[in-house]
Amino acid sequence: MAVTKYTEEHEWVRVEGDVATVGITQYAQEQLGDVVFVEVPAVGRKVAKGEACAVVESVKAASDIYAPVAGEIVEGNAALADSPGDVNAEPTGKGWFFKLKLADKAELDGLMDEAGYEAFVKSLG
Amino acid sequence: MSDPAAGPLKRTPLYDLHRELGARLVPFAGYEMPVQYPTGILAEHTQTRTACGLFDVSHMGQVRLTAKAGHSAAKAMETLVPGDIVGLQPGQQRYTQFTNDQGGILDDLMVTSTGDHLLVVINAACKDADLAHMQKHLSSMCEVEPMFSRGLLALQGPQASAVLSRLAPQVATMKFMTGAYVVIDGARCYVTRSGYTGGDGYEISTPADQTDAIARKLLSNPEVKPIGLGARDSLRLEAGLCLYGHDIDTTTTPVEAVLLWSVGKERRVQGGFPGASVIQKQIAEGSTRKRVGLLPDGKAIAREGAEIAIGGKIVGTVTSGGFAPTLGRAIAMGYVERAQSANGTKVDLMVRGKPVPAEIVPMPFVKHAYYRG
Repeated sequence: MAVTKYTEEHEWVRVEGDVATVGITQYAQEQLGDVVFVEVPAVGRKVAKGEACAVVESVKAASDIYAPVAGEIVEGNAALADSPGDVNAEPTGKGWFFKLKLADKAELDGLMDEAGYEAFVKSLG
Repeated sequence: MSDPAAGPLKRTPLYDLHRELGARLVPFAGYEMPVQYPTGILAEHTQTRTACGLFDVSHMGQVRLTAKAGHSAAKAMETLVPGDIVGLQPGQQRYTQFTNDQGGILDDLMVTSTGDHLLVVINAACKDADLAHMQKHLSSMCEVEPMFSRGLLALQGPQASAVLSRLAPQVATMKFMTGAYVVIDGARCYVTRSGYTGGDGYEISTPADQTDAIARKLLSNPEVKPIGLGARDSLRLEAGLCLYGHDIDTTTTPVEAVLLWSVGKERRVQGGFPGASVIQKQIAEGSTRKRVGLLPDGKAIAREGAEIAIGGKIVGTVTSGGFAPTLGRAIAMGYVERAQSANGTKVDLMVRGKPVPAEIVPMPFVKHAYYRG
C-alpha cells in the first residue's frame, strides 16, 4: 500500500517500498498557473533533503522544487518536456516530477499526512 | 514596483467586477490588479490573439494639458520629450518618452491631440513623478490636469473593431494611432485605436462612474473575455514592446532601446529636449549597446536578469523573457554590446548557471496587426 506524505513547499511524496515519487499538489499548480517548462534532475544524482533539484516555470515565474527527503534520483518524468501542462491537468498523476530511492525512510516521519496538509493549506487562507 | 509601506492598495473602478469574475488580484504599482482570471494566462493570451480581450488599465495615469493664453501645449510638451508633438494633427496619437539630462528614460507615454488639448497616458508606477515633472516644467505654459480617477479600458484583438462598432459605429474606420471623442452607452469617452498587444484594438478612457457599466456591456459580447496583467505581459513581449522599469529606464536612452523611430526627424537635428546632446551624439556615433530580440533554442526560459554571453564572455543582460504562447516557445529581449548585436549572432543565455544557446533575431516576434485603413 502506497503512503502519501506532503511538505510545506506543497510537494507530495508517494512512497512504495524504498522509492518515493515526488510531484506538486493541486494547490501548488493552482498558485503557479499555466506550467510551460519543467526541468527534472538527472538519474543518479544524489540529493539532500531540502535541496533544489527541479524547476517548474509558469508563464509568470520560475519556481524550484526541493527534494522532500534525501535520496538518489532513479527517474525523471521525461514526458513533461513535451507536455508540461500535465502538471496543471494531473498534478498528482501524469504530472509527477521525479522518483528517488530513499536514503533514510525515517525522514518521512517529519512530513505531513493528508489531513495535516489539508489543515496547513487551510491555514494559508 | 509598489512600496508596501506606501499605504493601502488602491482600487480601480472595476475592482468589484474583477472579484465577481474570480480574478486573482495582486499588488501592482500600488493598485490591487487582476493578474489572471480563472481560465489562466495561456487561454487569455490566445483569446486576445484570436478574438477579443478586455483589459482594465485604469491604474495608468491620464493627464490633460491645455495651453494657457499665448502658449502652445505641444511646444511646451516638446521641452520634455523627443517626439514630434507640434506636428500632431487633431485626432493623432504618438508614442514618446520623458527623458532626463543624460538622455535616459523617465517614463514612456502616449500623447494624443484633441485639437484643444493634449491627452497624455503614463505608466502607473511613474504617474505621480510624471505629474510632478509636468507641473514643474509646464505649468507656466499650460494647465496640467491629472485625471487619475478616470477609467481606462483596453479592448484588444481581431474582433475588437466588430465589438466596439456595435456600441459606436464610427470607431470602425478609425486608423491606428488616432483618437476621437465617442459616446458609449451614454457616456462621453475618448477612444484611441492603439494598445499594448501588437494587435488591433482600442483604449477607451471612461468617466470613473460609468467604467463598470461600459466594461460589463463589452463583456456581454460573446467574443470578449476579461484579460489580466499576466497575458498583457506575454502579449507585449511577443510584440517586442518595451516594459518601463525593465526594458527601458533612466539608464537607457531611446537610441539604445531602438526607439529612434519615435524621435521626430527635425527634433533629432534641433534638439530642445532633456538629454538632447547625449542622444544626438549616439545618433551620430552609435550607442555602445542596443536592445535586441533573443530566441533561445529549446524550451528553457531566460528571464529578466539572465546574462548574455558569447564564448564565455558576458556581452549583455536579458531585460524581459518568457513563454510566447502564440509561438509555443520561449522568447526574450535584452541589451547587448552594439558590436555583437547583428541579427543571427549566436549567444548563450545563462539560465540557472547553465548556458542556453540563443540567436539574436529581429522583433516583433509576432507580426503586428495594426489597422492602418
